[in-house]
Amino acid sequence: MDDNLSTKVKSWLGVAAIPIILWTCVPLLFILAESLKSTTALGDPTQNTFGNFWPKDISWANYQLIFTGGAKDLFLPALWHSVVVCLASTVISVVLAMFCAYAISRLDFPGKKVILTTALAVSFFPVIAMVTPIFNLWRQIGLFDTIPGLIIPYLALTLPLSIWILSAFFQQIPWEMEQAAQVDGATHWQAFVKVVAPLAAPGVFTTAIIAFFTAWNDFVFSLNLTAQNARTVPAALAFFTGASQFTQPTGAICAAAVVVTIPVVILVLVFQKRIVAGLTSGAVKG
Amino acid sequence: MSAAVETAKHASPQKRQRAHLTDRAKAERSLGWKLAGPAFVVMLFVTLWPIADAVWLSLFNYRLTDPAGKTFVWFQNYITALSDPLFWQTFVTTFAIVIFTLIFELIFGMALAMVMHKIVIPRKTLRTIVLIPYSIITVVSAFAWTYAVSVSSGFMNYWLHFITAGGFPLDYDWFGGRWSSLFIICLSEIWKTTPFMSLLLLAGLAQVDSSMEEAAQVDGATWWQRFYKVVLPNMKAALMVAVLFRTLDAIRIYDNPYVMTGGAHETTTLSMLVSNETITRVEIGMGSCLSVILFIIVLIVAAIFVRGFKVDLTSSGGN
Repeated sequence: MDDNLSTKVKSWLGVAAIPIILWTCVPLLFILAESLKSTTALGDPTQNTFGNFWPKDISWANYQLIFTGGAKDLFLPALWHSVVVCLASTVISVVLAMFCAYAISRLDFPGKKVILTTALAVSFFPVIAMVTPIFNLWRQIGLFDTIPGLIIPYLALTLPLSIWILSAFFQQIPWEMEQAAQVDGATHWQAFVKVVAPLAAPGVFTTAIIAFFTAWNDFVFSLNLTAQNARTVPAALAFFTGASQFTQPTGAICAAAVVVTIPVVILVLVFQKRIVAGLTSGAVKG
Repeated sequence: MSAAVETAKHASPQKRQRAHLTDRAKAERSLGWKLAGPAFVVMLFVTLWPIADAVWLSLFNYRLTDPAGKTFVWFQNYITALSDPLFWQTFVTTFAIVIFTLIFELIFGMALAMVMHKIVIPRKTLRTIVLIPYSIITVVSAFAWTYAVSVSSGFMNYWLHFITAGGFPLDYDWFGGRWSSLFIICLSEIWKTTPFMSLLLLAGLAQVDSSMEEAAQVDGATWWQRFYKVVLPNMKAALMVAVLFRTLDAIRIYDNPYVMTGGAHETTTLSMLVSNETITRVEIGMGSCLSVILFIIVLIVAAIFVRGFKVDLTSSGGN
């Protein structure tokens, strides 16, 4: 990189990173801190340190509440719905996008620019504008508050994104290697398994992660198109109640938030480089 | 991404073949649509169909609880909506959020991108950490900031109290007024989306030829002149794409205000207004009408960017 940077500038940049890292981490650490506070500590600053930030005594009561206690029936089904709906919509859209992106990057046919432009344009549709007609139709055909009734609108979030990002990835693949392998005596199948699949897999995988994040983040569809049988975690959080009717749900919400945040943070830590490549080469909002 | 250019490059040898091998070219075309068709059709079905349906439904006075009373009223819903002060209030709220977050995200995002571009020591750590807010569920971010500024369980008032040596009141209620509520909503929005903005800007920064910067430096340009006259003009495309993406994304803001205020103190946004009409009041006709208006607003903003600022989306992005 920039070898001509003086040591002074380098160390100043290192210092500049500290506020950025703090700004990013403090809200997350606070959610964690809140989830570890007992009900009394949540309302009593004297039981916390660092200016009402971290609890003096760590309590696991909030986690018990969402996994085995009173909020269990709200949280666990929502977690299950989230996983099923997000995985299903991710898999469907990535598989469809795979064929589409392959055709766009390898074959010559009219209309591929139309497909790409449409994919980009529809990913900026105001999602809420789709809610009213879908709500109206789902009511009539009985898809309201069902898992499929949520997977279908989720495709509107994940499919355009997948087409766009995967096309960007596939266009960078040296497809000639497939023919080269066949010239060297590999069969079609061998060329595919040994050459094409390993080249395409990272792009497919990254696209799946980004599509999954987008679905996982959805609040609009889940809130407006479900009542309880298919409600996902983000919408369920908004309806959380405390241990009893009269206690604030703060602790339970924070514990649930920590639980759904951990897997995505792990994905980010492991696949950071690829996610950045996917986001910027696709240049689509995630 | 230079999709169009890449496509053209790949296509060229096959185009030459087409003159000789018409059958083969035909087969390729049909295979192309067979592979790309399903994805395209599903995409149109799940996105364009609801919009088209909303346009149709918006012409009716139609309440779900009274299906028999469904009547065709032409543009009556539009006239009602556009002459309602509540609509214009949500319009102002939405665009106040859009403009405020955009300005701050541009400044922070640019600063962040420049640090990430040049940084040596915690390079990888920094790039990983800024990606975390992007992956966090917006609702979680909304709850985090709500509790952070809450009077009973939050730390923000205590920290501000400490920093200002007791000047800031410990019991300040951020959600007690319109502009302080909007400020916290914007804060959560900025926290969550600045990383994405800075990654787009970083991709643009990486395209700027560093030798030009060095040449300017040799010629005696100051840091600000190099930034303003060399770096910015050379990453204009990436900059405009980032601004356009963020603007269109911010116009549909829903999650943060819903969780943080529920629309209290005049913080209802356009998206929230749509869902209030449709879901709470089951006024399908009016809800659809507001959906269409929101959709048209997005189209107008996109058109202004694409026409006015000459943003070319197909040749944008990182690589």
